Amino acid sequence: MADVTLSAQNALPQGDVIERAGTAIRVLPMQQMTSMMPGAGADALATVLMDEHGLALPGVGQTSTSAGGRCLWFGHRQYLLIGVSPAHSLSDVAALTDQSDGWSTVLLEGPLARDVLARLCPLDLRAAHFAQGAVARTEIRHMMACVTRVSEDGFRLMVFRSMAETLLDELRHGLLSCAARENL
Amino acid sequence: MRLSHAGLVERSRPIRFRFDGRDYTGFQGDTLASALMAHGVRTVARSFKYHRPRGIFSAGSEEPNALVTIGAGAGREPNVRATTQELFAGLEARAQNCWPSVDWDLLQVNDLLADFLGAGFYYKTFMWPKKAWEAVYEPLIRRAAGIGALSGAPDPDLNEKAFAHCDLLVIGAGPAGLMAAQTAARAGADVILCDEDAMPGGRLNAEVEQIGGQAAHDWAAQTVAQLREMANVRVMTRTTVTGIYDQGTFGALERVSRHVAPGRDDLPLDCFWRIAARQVILAAGSIERPVAFRNNDRPGVMLAGAVRTYLNRYAVSPGRAVTVFGNNDNVHRTARDLLAAGVHVAALVDARPGATTDLPVPFYAGAMVEQVLGQNGVEAVVIRTATGRQKIQSDCVAVSGGWNPSVHLTCHLNGRPEWDSALAAFVPAPGAVPNLIPAGAASGVFSTDGCLRSGASAAVKALAALGRAADAPDIPLAEAGSYDIVPLWQVPGPGRAWLDLHNDVTVKDVRTAAAENFRSVEHMKRYTTQGMAPDQGKTSNLGALAVLADVTGRDVPQTGTTTYRPPFVPVPIAALGAGGRGQGFAPRRRTSSHDVSLSMNAPMIETGLWYRPSHFPRRGEATWRQSCDREVAMVRNAVGVCDVSTLGKIDIQGADAAKFLEFVYTNTFSTLKEGRVRYGLMLREDGHVMDDGTTACLGPQHYLMTTTTAAAGLVMQHLEFAAQVLRPDWDVRLISVTEQWAQFAIAGPQARALLADLVGQDVSNAAFPFMSCGPVTLAGVTARLFRISFSGELGYELAVPARYGESLYRLLVARAEALGGGAYGLEALNILRLEKGFLTHAELDGRTTAFDLGLERMMSPSKEFIGKAAATRPGLVADDRARLVALKPVGPVRQLTAGAFLFEEDAEPIRQNAQGHVSSVGFSPTVGHFIGLAFLKNGPDRFGDRVIMVDHLRGITALCEVCDPVFHDPEGGRSRG
Repeated sequence: MADVTLSAQNALPQGDVIERAGTAIRVLPMQQMTSMMPGAGADALATVLMDEHGLALPGVGQTSTSAGGRCLWFGHRQYLLIGVSPAHSLSDVAALTDQSDGWSTVLLEGPLARDVLARLCPLDLRAAHFAQGAVARTEIRHMMACVTRVSEDGFRLMVFRSMAETLLDELRHGLLSCAARENL
Repeated sequence: MRLSHAGLVERSRPIRFRFDGRDYTGFQGDTLASALMAHGVRTVARSFKYHRPRGIFSAGSEEPNALVTIGAGAGREPNVRATTQELFAGLEARAQNCWPSVDWDLLQVNDLLADFLGAGFYYKTFMWPKKAWEAVYEPLIRRAAGIGALSGAPDPDLNEKAFAHCDLLVIGAGPAGLMAAQTAARAGADVILCDEDAMPGGRLNAEVEQIGGQAAHDWAAQTVAQLREMANVRVMTRTTVTGIYDQGTFGALERVSRHVAPGRDDLPLDCFWRIAARQVILAAGSIERPVAFRNNDRPGVMLAGAVRTYLNRYAVSPGRAVTVFGNNDNVHRTARDLLAAGVHVAALVDARPGATTDLPVPFYAGAMVEQVLGQNGVEAVVIRTATGRQKIQSDCVAVSGGWNPSVHLTCHLNGRPEWDSALAAFVPAPGAVPNLIPAGAASGVFSTDGCLRSGASAAVKALAALGRAADAPDIPLAEAGSYDIVPLWQVPGPGRAWLDLHNDVTVKDVRTAAAENFRSVEHMKRYTTQGMAPDQGKTSNLGALAVLADVTGRDVPQTGTTTYRPPFVPVPIAALGAGGRGQGFAPRRRTSSHDVSLSMNAPMIETGLWYRPSHFPRRGEATWRQSCDREVAMVRNAVGVCDVSTLGKIDIQGADAAKFLEFVYTNTFSTLKEGRVRYGLMLREDGHVMDDGTTACLGPQHYLMTTTTAAAGLVMQHLEFAAQVLRPDWDVRLISVTEQWAQFAIAGPQARALLADLVGQDVSNAAFPFMSCGPVTLAGVTARLFRISFSGELGYELAVPARYGESLYRLLVARAEALGGGAYGLEALNILRLEKGFLTHAELDGRTTAFDLGLERMMSPSKEFIGKAAATRPGLVADDRARLVALKPVGPVRQLTAGAFLFEEDAEPIRQNAQGHVSSVGFSPTVGHFIGLAFLKNGPDRFGDRVIMVDHLRGITALCEVCDPVFHDPEGGRSRG
């Protein structure tokens, strides 16, 4: 075998991108992500997920979290396990696929976060209607996306890896123009 | 002229601006209209058709006259209403539709020809010769008649679009809207309050009256301030709700930065909002209407309510001696306010015979203003009383023909307003828009007290519908004045009396329309152009249809209204299309090797949303063809590397996965063994080919389907539909893994040499034969290797998790270069597949069947699959269908072009004789000439025949020979070796 190495690269440079009016855009590090598809019945998956990872199987539009990881409802009969290596026994109760490289994750957090998203995404993200921990598969400016509310005014945004730069451009423009209104 | 009382402008903040090349000063809080009025500027525009001088007519977005161009250069904005344009330092405005100036306009000559230029003139006059309409008449007319023009340069301004959500949307922040918003907000509902004006309050800012013991405008300001403090309220000023759409969605245009000097970075000009609301209160107020009389378009003739707005809010007077004329109690209020402001009232003319007044003014009951005298503005008026005519010196006429509730939005879902004879106006039909409650003047309630009560009660109703109980709030004490209208639409007499100032439509024009049998209100509108264009007849519609009703012997409700359509005010296309300019049009999908390709100077081609390298120019290569030819030869003779990550990849698992593949593919898949790959063909339900690609069996009940780049999303959708709807009983789990894996084709005789010591797997033909697949380890990374080929050469595709894509691509390209090969791009990929007769979506164009493509043998007779029944319909398997063949040039013209049509050698190349078309072409360096794929009637039976290829668009005609689609290695030994 030839002596070669392959180096890993995130779709976007990690870290803070920009901050305006107390609102920041930050590219999050890549994490292990595994899709879990239990098929028609999810009870067995729920049990194993709790036993192995201490995570409840989230309801539609919900997330569950534990010390190490997170589980997102990810669509019809789909869940996404984030931040932990899936226990082997999970493969007995769900079809697993590695999605770690398929999605890019950006955090948008701060008082203008909802205003920025209002320019990119049709969802109703008012605090009472999109509670902390809520998750939605939706579109962000023509991009298929997954939006999770992670704090009072923080949202984790996921788009396909290939579109990460576009997402960042759109968020940056959105934040700049929302911040510009603050001084109007 | 500016008056001495304070008004609601900020005297401490003077602002300099320019209009038509002259410098002026106004105050913060002025509109362009009020600031010009303060300087006595009367003529601000020329009319659409006759180029008559026109002045300021209203004080809001209903303005038909005072349209100006704001700014200069590429971003200049035509047709801005001076009545809504807020003043800012450095504002530059110009009059439109005039030359050389608004005061002296050459085309005023049109007015002398008015007798010839009436409604229908163009249609009757410019009929012959037919061709002259487009070439001569229309350009000429467009030059003469018109309004402002865009710069023609790309728009430099930023705009945005946004979404908002609320429990209750309140449209309009006058007394009704404010009361409604306050009531709902206090009950805890999420409220959005939109108002067109920069200063919410509606008529409260324009009238002299009291609410709850304080000035009405102070009450409005205080209420707004309280609302702004509440977390559940969003007050959106400068925001006009422009349209009502299905499912409680509302369009609204916010003028974000039109009130500040341009040039601020990142600040959008406009924002187009889409607001989703569960309940809506329409408190959009009402719009005053004029009365038609001779020369009622002269600068100085204004709506009476607008006169009060200018007096009370802006502290300016449109004249020094004002004649007030109307048919309702509002005219007395106007005269009162003029007197209070110290402006001379020349006459108070009340058309109602029994009217009385206590005001110390010359009063004429049962009288009418019959005519305005003066060429460039009002100099005097002629009034007609019971006893005769009288001329009165006056420089302004404040006219009120009554008020029309703003029913526009209630008609956007096809509701028709209802006639209220007491108000002599249309009011919203009940239930015209689901979950919308009209309130205040928009519902026909005209007193301030009535508006406050109506707003509160609408809010209580809306809250109940939202499931929130609320008590009716205390209503502050307010005026409950009377209205008492007697309908008056026009004052009879000779001369031209204007109905629609914006489109220069007179009473006579409407009469002509009726006389020529355009008696329906919709026909009258088209015949006269009344109510068209940016103004949409806000001040003229009812007057015109009342005149029409009169001449056709019907009443107003019988005559009906024209249809009110969105938008309520003009919405710039730039706002509707915000964000979509240039690259904002669509997301950009980049492969992991994108930057490496750019560093190799590869030009990028858009394929769907993806960017893929076209070719990789090397030193000495001047054209893409040279690079492409070299890359093709490289693959045929050495080895090439190509990023194929853009192809769709779908992970399919589950107990019934194999059955599912049998169901969606035409050919057999149940026999596919682990570690093997098979080419498959997929049909739509209607029997036409949807997509093709390979599917690999990765393990028990585990498959990986590959789709074409173009159809990746479509196929995923199709599979989801098949799994969820057609066979919900099967255990199939689908998910896209397109983005998870970076995948590279390694093709050419040296492909094995390139890979042999790289992956921990014997890749010899014996150990890893054609159409094999399996996991391999590469520098400690788990990868997937496939022995498939889209080039016809010995080929592999190697997939790694996308994070390693860039690194692997560099490695593979370096290794290929060391073996005499290198990277190849999309152009070479296309030639390689063409030489082999492989298909892309140029051939799978949605109209072709397996039979057309020569793939009918792939349709298994021994199973059911999607599209089978439809694909065997006789019409889809007829021999004379256009079927796949290849072409090569055999005449003097050696070029083939995609999209060209095919004809018999001796046939005239016209549509009726077309025998088929060319789908793909390219120059094959391998065979040394152009080759093409084509669809030709009875194609496969015509190998060796000659046809003529005609490209009518590019003017190319070439004699071609029909041949088998495989030009290179027809036995396929090279890819299997």
